[in-house]
This record gives sequence, structure tokens and C-alpha cells, in this order.
Amino acid sequence: MSILDAALWFAFGCFALAQLLCLYRVVRAPGFSDRVLALDTMTINMIALITLFGIQRGSGFYFEATMLFAMVGFVSTVAFAKFVLRGDIIE
Amino acid sequence: MMALADILIAALLVAGGVFGLVGAWGLVRLPDMMTRLHGPTKAATLGVGSVLIASMAFFWVHHDHLSWHELLIGLFLFLTAPITGLYIGKAHMHLSWKPEELPQPPSGAEWATWGKGAETSPIVTVPDDAPGRE
Repeated sequence: MSILDAALWFAFGCFALAQLLCLYRVVRAPGFSDRVLALDTMTINMIALITLFGIQRGSGFYFEATMLFAMVGFVSTVAFAKFVLRGDIIE
Repeated sequence: MMALADILIAALLVAGGVFGLVGAWGLVRLPDMMTRLHGPTKAATLGVGSVLIASMAFFWVHHDHLSWHELLIGLFLFLTAPITGLYIGKAHMHLSWKPEELPQPPSGAEWATWGKGAETSPIVTVPDDAPGRE
């Protein structure tokens, strides 16, 4: 096992654990905004996981998926906040 | 040369993993909502940033082409992370604090979360047992 493989698996483990902690926060949260924050963090961690997968496979094929995750995560979070603040997403 | 680059990429990957984990740990462990915002918005983007730089370096060293996709994703994340943090903070203020409990803004100004247009929101009065109130 090369040093790169070891580091890759370490990063995979870290982000998987982070994903589980966020999932715990989504299930048991004191309020709405905590849940949305945890979901937003989950999309960010997912971007990192897909990028790591791309490195492991040695292919640049997965960047479109990460871009989609980034955009959909951002838009959904802002849509939630706009709904709470104004009752309307597109005014 | 190759080994040196590999060590650099491995260090970036390890740093990214640690930052991502710290961000999620902060999300779970910090005491109230406004401090919990700090964990993910700072540490997770820093973590993803290191992973993206590691990915760029990997494809440059091992596949002999420099890919710009990572830079695009990093730029997008760095642009959107503060906006997401701001909006979640505003939503939290609107959900958890009554207008009269907020500090007085400078004269002539009003809090955007409870200002003009806020009456169209589905939450017009904050319940007394709303979560996150001090």
C-alpha cells in the first residue's frame, strides 16, 4: 500500500464519519435551522467524497456530479431560508 | 520527484479529512445554533478545498494534465458558503427571536429578518418555547 492509498483511505474514513455525525444532527436537532445546516454540510462532505472517489479511480469523470451536488445543495438551502423569511421563494 | 509529490498530495488529503471531521464534530458538539454555524461553514470548506487541491495535484503529477474543474468547484463553494451561512443565520433569527428581543439597530434601520415584508412569512409570531432561545 503506497502512502497515497493510505492517505486516501484515511480521508474516506474521516469524511464518512463526518457524514454520520451530520446524519445524527439531522435526526436529532433542536430546531429547523440546525437540520438544514446539517443537510448543507452533508452535501459539502458528499462533494469531498466524490472527489476522493475520482482520485481513487484516476478519472475526471465525476466532476459533473460534484458540480451538481454543489449547485443543488446551495439552491435548496437558500430556498428554505427564503421560505422561512418571506413565505415565498421567488418574489 | 514523484515520491515527493505523493507525500504532498497525501498530506493535503489527510489535512482535508481532519478538517471535514472537525467541522462535523463542531456541528454536533457546539452549544448553540449561532456557534454551530461556524463549524461547517469554515472547516468543511477548508477541508473540501484541500481535497480539491490534492485532486488537481494528483491529476497533474500522475496523468500529465492539469484539470480546471476542481478550481471551478472550489470557487463556487467559496462563493456560496458565506451566503448559505448568512441565510441560515437569518432564518434562525426569524424562527427563534421575537423582534423586541433583538438589539436595537441604528436609527432609521430595522432588522431585515423582521422588517418590511416579514409579515408574508409563514412564521409571524415566535412561539415561547422556540428552540435556540437564550
